[in-house]
Amino acid sequence: MVKKIPIGPFHPVLEEPEFFELHVDGENVVDIDITIGWSHRGIELLSESKTWDQVPFLVERVCGICSCSHPYAYVKAVEDLLQVEVPKRAQFIRIIIAELERLHSHLLWTGLAGHFIGYNTVFMWCWKYREPLLDILEAVTGNRNHYAMMRIGGVRRDIPLEEYGNIRKMLDSLWEKNDLITNAIVDDPVIHARTKTVGIFNKDQCRLYGALGPTARAGGYDVDARRDHPIDAYGELDFDVIVCENGDVFDKAVVRQLENFEAIKIIRQCLDRLEEMGPMKDDSELCIEIGEIPPGEGIGVYEAPRGEVLHYIRSNGKNTPMRHKIRAPSFNNILTNEASVPGNTVADAGLITAAVDPCYSCTERVGRVDVNSGERYVLSEGDLIRLSAEKTEEIRRQLGK
Amino acid sequence: MDAAKYLFNYLIFPGFLFTAVVGLLATWVDRKVTARVHWRVGPPWYQPFADTVKLLGKEVIVPAGARATGFLIAPVVGLAAATLASAILWMANLYPSSSFVGDSIVVLYIMTIPAISMIIGASASGNPLGILGAAREMKLLFAYELPLVIIMLTTVVKVGSFSFEEILGYQSANGIMLGSVSGVIAFIVAIFCAQAKCTMIPFDIPEAETELAGGTHIEYSGAPLAVVKLNMGIMFFVMPIFIITMFWGGVSFAGLRILTTILKYVAIITIMILIKNTNPRVRIDQAVRFFWGPMLVLSIIALILAVLGY
Repeated sequence: MVKKIPIGPFHPVLEEPEFFELHVDGENVVDIDITIGWSHRGIELLSESKTWDQVPFLVERVCGICSCSHPYAYVKAVEDLLQVEVPKRAQFIRIIIAELERLHSHLLWTGLAGHFIGYNTVFMWCWKYREPLLDILEAVTGNRNHYAMMRIGGVRRDIPLEEYGNIRKMLDSLWEKNDLITNAIVDDPVIHARTKTVGIFNKDQCRLYGALGPTARAGGYDVDARRDHPIDAYGELDFDVIVCENGDVFDKAVVRQLENFEAIKIIRQCLDRLEEMGPMKDDSELCIEIGEIPPGEGIGVYEAPRGEVLHYIRSNGKNTPMRHKIRAPSFNNILTNEASVPGNTVADAGLITAAVDPCYSCTERVGRVDVNSGERYVLSEGDLIRLSAEKTEEIRRQLGK
Repeated sequence: MDAAKYLFNYLIFPGFLFTAVVGLLATWVDRKVTARVHWRVGPPWYQPFADTVKLLGKEVIVPAGARATGFLIAPVVGLAAATLASAILWMANLYPSSSFVGDSIVVLYIMTIPAISMIIGASASGNPLGILGAAREMKLLFAYELPLVIIMLTTVVKVGSFSFEEILGYQSANGIMLGSVSGVIAFIVAIFCAQAKCTMIPFDIPEAETELAGGTHIEYSGAPLAVVKLNMGIMFFVMPIFIITMFWGGVSFAGLRILTTILKYVAIITIMILIKNTNPRVRIDQAVRFFWGPMLVLSIIALILAVLGY
């Protein structure tokens, strides 16, 4: 007998509203329905009402974890339109912030994955080791998250010379801790039993579904925007793209853990280059002057912790974007659950859906409402307003007012 | 007069009140140690009591799709059974003359009732996740009961009797079961069975908050939830005491032995808490394979060794 088990829209395994409906036969999942659209915020439309320089602050709020990747892709899109090159110092500072973000995002995921399989010790330890990282980000940018460093034509502030030592010290200790966590994952037989051959998503499926980031690289699909479309100084830096083969949850964890080492390497190289440059002489090293934005269009691509994020902007010469389109990696990655969840058990479903490191809020762009009552229908905005008004009316009646 | 004495034994000491207080304190130890392992601070000692009192004052919601009678009675049945198991176990330990023939079988049997009551309660809740949790609880029950019964037989084979009085008497005369090879093997198996019986990680499969959002507990609220939580606390108390009685010379309040009693109990729950914090949750099929594979083999080896006299 096939039964339906809901995961979501609100569920302990999901930090944000999302709805997976599992069709189960006993413990085995035979099919999955994915419904997105529970936290639509209209950011693309909002962006069209902001000036060019305000938009980075808005797109920073697309996602709390990728709060550097979205502005990065956006400013690259505008710089693509303008055809300008930003100063070298700004390029390295951008990369440092972006890679620090990748580190904290991956550590956050590893901790959450531990929580999802009931391994709360991993959860707490990972997040503890992530704290010094956030402290450094706060010292450098002023915020633990939402760094507000990206700006069209450069960055908003310099990293003071005296911070380099602190960053290096933090990176050294993080390298050790990351080594510890990686070994703990690779050596633990129970983690092997829980994650190996679970939620397999292979290379062909990656191509078919357009999977991105660690989700794709775990399945052997070698794609990394930092290498494939190098922006800023990425082309001058030496780093490896981590690719695994099996595409199961274990590989997804391993890819993220090993990418942490690569991120640390990248930051160290950037710090070296910055030290060679010496202290900053004047503000032109941070940001170039940007005048009017001419009509035209631009595309910015950056490898966010979850995969390639793409921003497209079109200008008609006014002081706001005419069209701003965001394609976040989770939009592709969440749909991979359609292939990776069926065939596994309910116990694994939560873990697999979480293994793509879903960031639901950056994915939401559909105003459709599905109601799980056997029948499904679509409500328009007008319907929703009408229903809402009717409910208010009913409550008012019940209260006798 | 007898009736009043039994009532006192069942409701006050060593029955409900005593068991509940110690059980809740044990859950505090669990939370505190877990928190320290996680580098957190952890709650103050009275937190489980405050939680229970708070839950008792909260609204009880019975879901529209639930069978209210079964849903609400199940936790109470579980509580009554867990309390009874504790009362029999303690009476046999403190006053050996109150032991009766086959009381170890009775306790073993009664200790399955809290799990069965959760199966009934969750099935009556009408929640698909609850029903899935109930199915898992049932499979888990089948999985760990088999090795548990067999390792109990190792003691019984040695002693030649099912009654706690004889078991305790044998241990005080000939040394504890843990002193023998079969006893050590049986003890290890018993710890894992206790872990599953208390539905602690890695065997918290029926609840699995990140998979089933509470599973068997999902629909409980207010006073019934308090009873469910109390049940778990009591089982966390009864199961180690059962193991101590069977393999580690029993418990006592006489003189200095009160200290060793506490140490034995704390040692067992510390092992359980550490297992809980150093392992992820396994899947139900892996759990069944674990109990019917390695654990069953170990328990049979222990039984054979016991028969041979080791």
